[in-house]
Amino acid sequence: MKSSWRRASTEAKLLLVGIPVLIWTLLPIYHLVLFAISPKESAFAGQLWPDHPTLHNFAVVFREQHYYLSHFWLQLWNSLVIAVSVGVLTLVVATAAAFAISRLRVRGGRTVMNLALFTYFIPAAFLAVPMYKTMGNYGLLNNQWSLILAMVTIAAPYSIWVLKQASDKLPYELDEAARIDGASPPQLFRLVYLPLMTPSLVAIGTYALLLAWNEYLYAFLLLSNDTQITLSVALGNFLAADDSPWELLMTVGLIYALPPAAIYYAFKRYMVGGLTAGAVKS
Amino acid sequence: MIAPYLLVFLLFVIYPVGYGFWLARHPATYVRLVDDPIFSRAVINTLVFLIIGINLKMVVALFLSGFFVQARTWIKWLSLVFILPWAVPSIPTILSIRFMLNPEWGLVNHVIFKLTGADGPNWLNDPWIALSMAILVHIWKSLPFWTLILIAGRLAIPGELYEAASVDGASTWQKFKWITWPSLQTLYLTSSILSMIWTLGDFNSVYLLTGGGPADLTHVLATLGIRYLRLDQVNLSMAAIVCALPLVLPLVYFMMKRLSK
Repeated sequence: MKSSWRRASTEAKLLLVGIPVLIWTLLPIYHLVLFAISPKESAFAGQLWPDHPTLHNFAVVFREQHYYLSHFWLQLWNSLVIAVSVGVLTLVVATAAAFAISRLRVRGGRTVMNLALFTYFIPAAFLAVPMYKTMGNYGLLNNQWSLILAMVTIAAPYSIWVLKQASDKLPYELDEAARIDGASPPQLFRLVYLPLMTPSLVAIGTYALLLAWNEYLYAFLLLSNDTQITLSVALGNFLAADDSPWELLMTVGLIYALPPAAIYYAFKRYMVGGLTAGAVKS
Repeated sequence: MIAPYLLVFLLFVIYPVGYGFWLARHPATYVRLVDDPIFSRAVINTLVFLIIGINLKMVVALFLSGFFVQARTWIKWLSLVFILPWAVPSIPTILSIRFMLNPEWGLVNHVIFKLTGADGPNWLNDPWIALSMAILVHIWKSLPFWTLILIAGRLAIPGELYEAASVDGASTWQKFKWITWPSLQTLYLTSSILSMIWTLGDFNSVYLLTGGGPADLTHVLATLGIRYLRLDQVNLSMAAIVCALPLVLPLVYFMMKRLSK
């Protein structure tokens, strides 16, 4: 009897933590969804649920029927192209570097690794203004390549580090066996290394892709034409007006947030395992 | 094969950093920077943001990691929902919070009015409330990540230790003090340092919530560079970053040491 009472009190205590955690976590996201499905008047009246939920806002966004939305599809496309390019380029650069450092053991590899790690730990926001000036000097401002290259620069150090860690775990005997069979370094890379590294490559590709999709600061510094900016910058631009159409802003925000969230949950196993273990090694 | 990365490193790290230092080379720039009241305010804001933000976040993460390791089905489901703020891009959610805090139309003040009949505060118009809200936004976004890290840390502690302690009649607090904390200490410290570096670079939480306002009183070092860039004073912008280096470099050194072990 006593123990069942005690168990009930433990459950109550857990609920006392769980319910505030649930509300704290979901409130801003619920608010976002609420605006997306509410007519403007009901959203602005602070209702917790609209009297007449509607998909009207989505229709307006998809048909680009507002001044702020006139390039919605193009900007969505820009976000996608830039994110995919950053994912692919980061993979190419980082895999090659990790292979050279970890398997070929090139001279100076350790130094390069340390330099890369050092860059990883310098907050990206501190590099934003010099990067902006640099892209200006290179004549790349307002060119999507500037954002792609900047994001590859930011994503590469961590990617190289994670891939090097994963690659160090592959037995060195594999390389020796392949060499004895007459494999050249490129063959070793293609036939032995890449297949064994696939899970880490998926994790890193996703990491770089999401980093680029979610980026705001660099995107708004480096790109400014309405036809070139990404969706993240377009979202920020909504704030320029005093009478911002917040219900449309939130609708675009929800559309923008869905792909990364879906990817995140789909690859959760890799992301949480691979990336958090790499981020903090105790 | 290391060449592609070296090229990227030379063109987009070495060159910008060198150019940045060159822009910030005149001592006169630093005199002007220190004379700017917005700069000293941003330094204070950054310190407040770091000290309160990180300690609050890490203590809550430590507590919640203890909650999430409890074996219950509903807690497992809750943990899936709990990582949403981390999985979702920060721009839409920060803007959503920004509107929630709108004094006239926002959800928060509507609820306050319904419950108390009084008007809620003008959240983003008072510099200290606005900064506190930016800290809360930062915590909202990054709490799941650090909780996950500490959960992983807790799960690595052998269960026998707790069983033996239970047999000896140890209380929950004693178990925490003598088993959990000693095992998590190093991880907790490393996480705090890393979180400090990342928080220093948190541009979005402040910029998208307050825009540095009201009256430029909620800037932090991460947003200050953009403010000077807008005012067309790039050398001040670079000087502000150079001034932050004495704070950043020791932390980076600490992390490099940790990782290269």
